[in-house]
Amino acid sequence: MSQKKTVVPFSGTPQQEQQLQQIIQAHQGQGTSALMPVLQQAQDVYGYLPLEVQKMIAVGLDIPLEEIYGVVTFYSQFSLYPKGEYKISVCLGTACYVKGSGDVFDRLVQKLGIQGGECTPDGKFSLEACRCIGACGLAPVLTVNDEVYGRLVPEDVDSILEKYSAQ
Amino acid sequence: MYRSHVLVCGGTGCTSSGSGRIVEALEKEIAAAGLSEEVKVVKTGCFGLCALGPIMIVYPEGAFYSMVKEKDIPEIVSEHLLKGRIVKRLLYSETVKEDEVQSLSQTQFYSKQLRVALRNCGVIDPENINEYIAYDGYQALGKVLTEMTPQQVIDTIKASGLRGRGGAGFPTGTKWSFAAASVADQKYVCCNADEGDPGAFMDRSVLEGDPHVVIEAMAIAGYAIGATQGYVYIRAEYPIAVKRLSIAIEQAREMGMLGKNIFGSGFDFNLEIRLGAGAFVCGEETALMTSIEGHRGEPRPRPPFPAVKGLFGKPTVLNNVETYANVPRIILKGADWFASMGTEKSKGTKVFALGGKIHNTGLVEIPMGTTLREIVEEIGGGIPNGKKFKAAQTGGPSGGCIPASLIDTPIDYDNLIAIGSMMGSGGLIVMDEDTCMVDIAKFFLEFTVDESCGKCTPCRVGTKRLYEILDKISKGKGEMEDLDRLVELANYIKSNSLCGLGQTAPNPVLSTLRYFKDEYIAHIKDKTCPAGVCKELLTYSIDPEKCKGCTLCARVCPADAISGTVKNPHKIDRNKCLKCGACMEKCRFGAIVKN
Repeated sequence: MSQKKTVVPFSGTPQQEQQLQQIIQAHQGQGTSALMPVLQQAQDVYGYLPLEVQKMIAVGLDIPLEEIYGVVTFYSQFSLYPKGEYKISVCLGTACYVKGSGDVFDRLVQKLGIQGGECTPDGKFSLEACRCIGACGLAPVLTVNDEVYGRLVPEDVDSILEKYSAQ
Repeated sequence: MYRSHVLVCGGTGCTSSGSGRIVEALEKEIAAAGLSEEVKVVKTGCFGLCALGPIMIVYPEGAFYSMVKEKDIPEIVSEHLLKGRIVKRLLYSETVKEDEVQSLSQTQFYSKQLRVALRNCGVIDPENINEYIAYDGYQALGKVLTEMTPQQVIDTIKASGLRGRGGAGFPTGTKWSFAAASVADQKYVCCNADEGDPGAFMDRSVLEGDPHVVIEAMAIAGYAIGATQGYVYIRAEYPIAVKRLSIAIEQAREMGMLGKNIFGSGFDFNLEIRLGAGAFVCGEETALMTSIEGHRGEPRPRPPFPAVKGLFGKPTVLNNVETYANVPRIILKGADWFASMGTEKSKGTKVFALGGKIHNTGLVEIPMGTTLREIVEEIGGGIPNGKKFKAAQTGGPSGGCIPASLIDTPIDYDNLIAIGSMMGSGGLIVMDEDTCMVDIAKFFLEFTVDESCGKCTPCRVGTKRLYEILDKISKGKGEMEDLDRLVELANYIKSNSLCGLGQTAPNPVLSTLRYFKDEYIAHIKDKTCPAGVCKELLTYSIDPEKCKGCTLCARVCPADAISGTVKNPHKIDRNKCLKCGACMEKCRFGAIVKN
């Protein structure tokens, strides 16, 4: 989505690598059908899927790196870049959109000074648009990590951001 | 034995509005009152009335409490559960008539509904297999394995007239018979729970509220076509559904409903969950299977159809969650019972996720043939704020907008196609006069541009060009010839795209052009947006008669576009104005005008 990518040095820990190897071990011998579950679990460990992690998976599962990179970049759930400490997701599904979630999103873009898919320079907030989290009764909604905020007007954005900035 | 049961909705809608905390508070208060042995709290699936969440029902009275807050819990426990006095002020107002509490089925929201696929949602504890069994669960599987041949199962499903609930409406029994006829050493049964249509949550609600029904139906399908392995492909964005389905599969295995030699019949069946990763195109059957295989979820040409060559190159049946949810009932109650509901060519019921500009946002299940008017005005409770109904959108990015003039159309597969929309998976978004149809068409095209997998050119390039023309029109830069270009390009994309995504992507454009051409023309010729949505075409100004010079608008303006001195009328500099509308929302005198 975004054009502006920042290079973040990879800082995986030995513990994370050990976890990853266990995940790979558990799926050995299943062929390519193991790839998606392994990538999903690897992303749970690292928070994102940098090239370094993809390489380890390529070696471990004996699948060419280019194929793995192809899969990672195809699905929107996989991220090549780290997310912010607080992940803000604004629902732009139809039900939320007709109730004005576009304006809520615009307000966040303006307040945070970043576009969708980007992260603030201090690593605090990242912003993305999502398609329906299923809380249509509360439309328009946004989520910050797992917390849901509903029945929003654009001005509510300010107090939500304040709450997390203070933490 | 418990003397009272408190059912709290644990679906995603109510969880988002805080039902998790309600359950905790309830259990704490009940324990404090010493009622833990007498009152049981059950976390169920969706009741349907998501707009009023969190929702709870107390049985045996059937008292329906809506919009419950944590601070209400002590009162409910001490008054209702301890003393038996229903807390009337917290009841859903529709269930109180002349001071008498009436049952939920008599309310406007529920009285026209008929729950088949959703029959256990909001009734049972989805994390307890025994509750499902108590409601005839796994009886259909038992009947199939012990009394019926695979052919008889297929014939029953065929005779019922059940059609695929995922959107296209292909007859389910016919699909099964094709896969049964294919000869192979291994066959597969798949379930499509990758509900990507933004604003639709029928499948999620079934999985959250009644996961065993899907497991049972998939085992029945496996027996019918001769498959021993099944996969459920489910959106990773549905954590509650994934969790409940995993628990259900585990319990079914322990009870011997899945695994080897089910019911001693010699039939083996196993089920695995595969998580999607956020690609709308994976709702297309061949793309879904490619994704399960671990590749980029790109579709492939058909034939060969999945019934011949599907997952891992083997014959495969793929059905949607809601389709499966109907199967066990059909087996138990018979094909005739199912065929007695609905219209001539669309049998049974359909679940819709009702959303947008409507009072009763939520999940509704209605017999096929119910009119849009009944859904919007009666079940949905009409449009809020006294606004007028303008259109209903069905079928999501693949569907179209139904205008007010067609509100009496009975809803079934064929009628919706005839008026330029489609059933789709069941999203139904209501729009009022404040919704701009050009903007809606643009919204859906932006979605398809984003989600097009890029494999075939008509979809990859064509949808992008459609979007660009719409964008131009919405900014007042369109010309009348653009309307012909839109139609020509749309028809080309429809007839030349590889898969369903591209073939249906132009529908939002074509249907809005068909019914709301005036609005397109207003954007092009008059450079105005009649609904007041398209920002580039709006101008804000201050009525000097009404402005009191309070300076509030000047202070909230993010662009410093408003100037003026205290107690004198202010002015907006149109060159600086961002058209954000902040001034209009803040003005206490209604002095700011948008046109």
